[in-house]
Amino acid sequence: MPLNIDGTIDGTFQLIGGNFTTAGEASTQLKLKLSDLGVDETIIRRATIATFEAEMNVIIYAAAGWLHYYITPRSITIKIEDMGPGIENIELAMQEGYSTAPDWVREMGWGAGMGLPNMKKNSDLFKIDSVVGEGTTVEMVINFP
Amino acid sequence: MTLSKIVEILEATVIVQPADLEDINIHSACSADLMSDVLYYHYADTLLITGLIQINVIRTAEIADTKAIVFVMDKKPDERTIELAGQKKIPLLSTPYCMYTASGKLYQAGLRNSRNV
Repeated sequence: MPLNIDGTIDGTFQLIGGNFTTAGEASTQLKLKLSDLGVDETIIRRATIATFEAEMNVIIYAAAGWLHYYITPRSITIKIEDMGPGIENIELAMQEGYSTAPDWVREMGWGAGMGLPNMKKNSDLFKIDSVVGEGTTVEMVINFP
Repeated sequence: MTLSKIVEILEATVIVQPADLEDINIHSACSADLMSDVLYYHYADTLLITGLIQINVIRTAEIADTKAIVFVMDKKPDERTIELAGQKKIPLLSTPYCMYTASGKLYQAGLRNSRNV
């Protein structure tokens, strides 16, 4: 199926911290959108895995957040901003297996320290900015083949 | 291996059946309780064997393109989780076996890992 993208298609989802019932809904909606636009399946998989990990981080750690996406004929950019505790040491947080997650998060199958590395692994461009006590912003770009 | 064969091997109860189990073919499996491991290490179209029954397992399965889920130790998810799996057309099974035994039985029957390690 050819790409059905003209100009930039963008949108925003609001994320509510602690709401596990709808956690993942934004990522699945984005997945459907990319599928409707005829984006390559491997790209869809990378984009939605990266987005889902970021979405879960907001649900787990932050009070609230926003997920913005911008789809062009060349790439998809996903930007996730949250009002959360922030990350003290980003270098450490990027290491596989490093986690500050409490037990209740681990009991739900999260907090194994693979979230940020997984976002980076699936992105062509990965940027993270964080201010302790204010929040974190993650920006990921995935180029189309 | 068909999902109906997996039901037979694992003596499983079918919780969600979106299609004839005879028509659903499974080529690989992964056993995990860590959702990021499912997303990080495994390929699409796999069978997930897990002890987690929370709703976010269904979301993970959808994102990871998991073909079906088996809950071990006779665990059953709540109604909301079952409903979401039904909407997303993800078959759910529950087996009395623990994760180790369930994985071993399927491996012995020829179902391999979803990654090459």
